[in-house]
Amino acid sequence: MSADSTTLAFDTSCKIFVDGGCGFQAPGLHSFVFEPLFTVGGFEFNKPMLLALLSTLVLGAFFWKAFAKPKVVPGKLQMVAEAGYDFVRKGIVYETLGKKEGEKWVPILVSIFFFVWMMNLWSIIPLAQFPVTSIIAFPAGLAIMVWLIWMTLTFKRHGFVGGLKNLTGYNKELGAVLPLVMVIEFFSNVLVRPFTHAVRLFANMFAGHLLLVMFTVATYFFMNGLGWVYAPVAFVLVCVMIAFELFIQAVQAYVFVTLSATYISGALEEAH
Amino acid sequence: MNLLQIAAEEKMNPLVPPMPELIIGLVAFFIVFGLLAKKLLPTINKVLEERHAAIEGGMEKAEAAQIEAEETLQQYKEQLAEAQREANRLREKAREEGELLKAELRAEGQRQRDEIIAAGHTQLVADQKAAALSLRQDVGRLATDLAGKLVGESLEDHARQSRVIDRFLDELEAKATADATTEAAR
Repeated sequence: MSADSTTLAFDTSCKIFVDGGCGFQAPGLHSFVFEPLFTVGGFEFNKPMLLALLSTLVLGAFFWKAFAKPKVVPGKLQMVAEAGYDFVRKGIVYETLGKKEGEKWVPILVSIFFFVWMMNLWSIIPLAQFPVTSIIAFPAGLAIMVWLIWMTLTFKRHGFVGGLKNLTGYNKELGAVLPLVMVIEFFSNVLVRPFTHAVRLFANMFAGHLLLVMFTVATYFFMNGLGWVYAPVAFVLVCVMIAFELFIQAVQAYVFVTLSATYISGALEEAH
Repeated sequence: MNLLQIAAEEKMNPLVPPMPELIIGLVAFFIVFGLLAKKLLPTINKVLEERHAAIEGGMEKAEAAQIEAEETLQQYKEQLAEAQREANRLREKAREEGELLKAELRAEGQRQRDEIIAAGHTQLVADQKAAALSLRQDVGRLATDLAGKLVGESLEDHARQSRVIDRFLDELEAKATADATTEAAR
């Protein structure tokens, strides 16, 4: 958040065409490490945590303002919030789970969507400029939660054996290959899915942030002497990347929720 | 370079989730979820349902109005038809009454005409009789005068004279009647 040199991921004195020379410091893993803002008894509170909590605050305030005292004839804010709510409810949940089964899962999936989107959005919000979801812990937490829901639901709906059949894609007609299929399916469904679920979001935001930092640092790096000729090119790319990220952030939030809904619908579907 | 070294020293793996972040992230999420699930979404759902009901209600109201309008139109049409029938009936009645009146008037006229004709006829017969009577006297007198002059003798005896004349005239009449009868017989 602050411009304190200890929290910046690159050396501000390093520019092109500076006497004594210094190369371009490409962003890397270190761009995702933050010095703690403060420490309470060994617990280090850092910027992503702050942004995560701010997401809660922003979403809470927004939806409170929009929905706490709703009107039948909506105001502007309520209309916008309703549009977002309806988009997730009808566009994702009802589409995937159906209206009857889906109704129960609307609140959690709506929450996931807006929470993920907000955490992604920090990437391009001035001063914050960091997608919280590019720290694997945040998407992982949500993915684990969805996985737990999915597993619980599977066994609750089909019983232990039925649940296992559901997860392993049990199908008598496969005959001799059945054991192999079951192993692969189990591995793919139960173990790989939560991982890919989290990593898909994490990696997208991670890469996006890396690109943004790269062009931003490059712009800064070029701002010296003849470098001023190149700086605008890098800056245009920063702008393009911001627009692109804006799109990706929404898409990834959408994908994350759609996958969650699909997993839940897999647990609910009848055994075959 | 300082920070790069720190990162290297920590052997950071971007795919291993650090516990504190995991917990903070989930806490942050569950606050949002709790707020939305327990308070805000039920509230907005209620309002959305109300709105839906209001729109449906409005449609139903419009439909009811449409039906009512159609019913009213039907009623007006019926009333109009009724009025037309009534007018036709009255016209028919008036026509019949007029005809009746005309017939009555005609009958009355006929009656009066007959009466007048009958009265005229009676008068005519009376006049004829009177004329015949007076003619008979005049003829008698003239004939007597003429005969007196011819004969040269005054027919003084009025009574006899009168008898003779009457007899003569009766004969004349009888003859005329006989003539008429023979005429008719022939």
